[in-house]
Amino acid sequence: MRDVREALMIARNSEGKLVRRPLSPHIQVYRWPISMALSILHRASGVALGVGTLLLTWWLVAAVSSDDVFEQAQWFMGSPIGLLLLFGWSVALIFHFFSGIRHLVWDAGIGFDAPTYSTSGWGVLIATGVCTVLVWVVGLMTW
Amino acid sequence: MLGTPHIDILRSPLGRARGLGSARAGSHHWWVQRLTAVALVPLTIWFIFSVIHLSGATHQVVIDWLSTPLTLGLMVALIIATFHHLQLGLQVVIEDYVHQEAAKTGAVLLMKAACVMLALVCLVSVLKIGL
Repeated sequence: MRDVREALMIARNSEGKLVRRPLSPHIQVYRWPISMALSILHRASGVALGVGTLLLTWWLVAAVSSDDVFEQAQWFMGSPIGLLLLFGWSVALIFHFFSGIRHLVWDAGIGFDAPTYSTSGWGVLIATGVCTVLVWVVGLMTW
Repeated sequence: MLGTPHIDILRSPLGRARGLGSARAGSHHWWVQRLTAVALVPLTIWFIFSVIHLSGATHQVVIDWLSTPLTLGLMVALIIATFHHLQLGLQVVIEDYVHQEAAKTGAVLLMKAACVMLALVCLVSVLKIGL
């Protein structure tokens, strides 16, 4: 037993025998309320945006190189794979943006009660959907 | 670990935690993460509009766009805030999921080095174009 927390998981039963305390069920047995889903999505989108910074870095490095290299980068962004990556990046960014604002409001001590965080959670999802569609409609119109 | 339950340490959780307490850096980490988040709210809105504006743009349009002092300043701010926020966030993710001490420290250092390098490459690029 390396970790002292292990000691807390062991106790004596009514007969004085050492037993392992029962564990409460792990997360897979619970229904996923929106609070739980958005919590992990916030983290996942943050990690995805970290990967997305590679795309930004590549684009900026292409812009500093030559006309040809930049044209290649722009061509890639407009290719099916590029558009898919850009779409994923935009969804992650817009979601993380609204979800992050929700976190900042919580940090101010507002909106912690169950009905409010459920409502604000759905609000984040709706805002993400609406803004992503708007960005792409305007973006593809002006491409 | 599993098998016959037994207790082979006598130290209490409190005794074990004493002297190994907070490094007193946690609240600073938390605060800077919020600070960069607040800075990124207007910067992200500006950046999304910029990306829409630059979709399919020619090289010259991008160069002209970056050559305005305001755009360049905003890009520098965006890059610094983004990568600072990113490394703080990824540090927490690694610390949550990697439990083995050496692997955890190694992963955090590697991730931070990557973030610093990417940020520097981005900064040098925009400055080289815009200055």
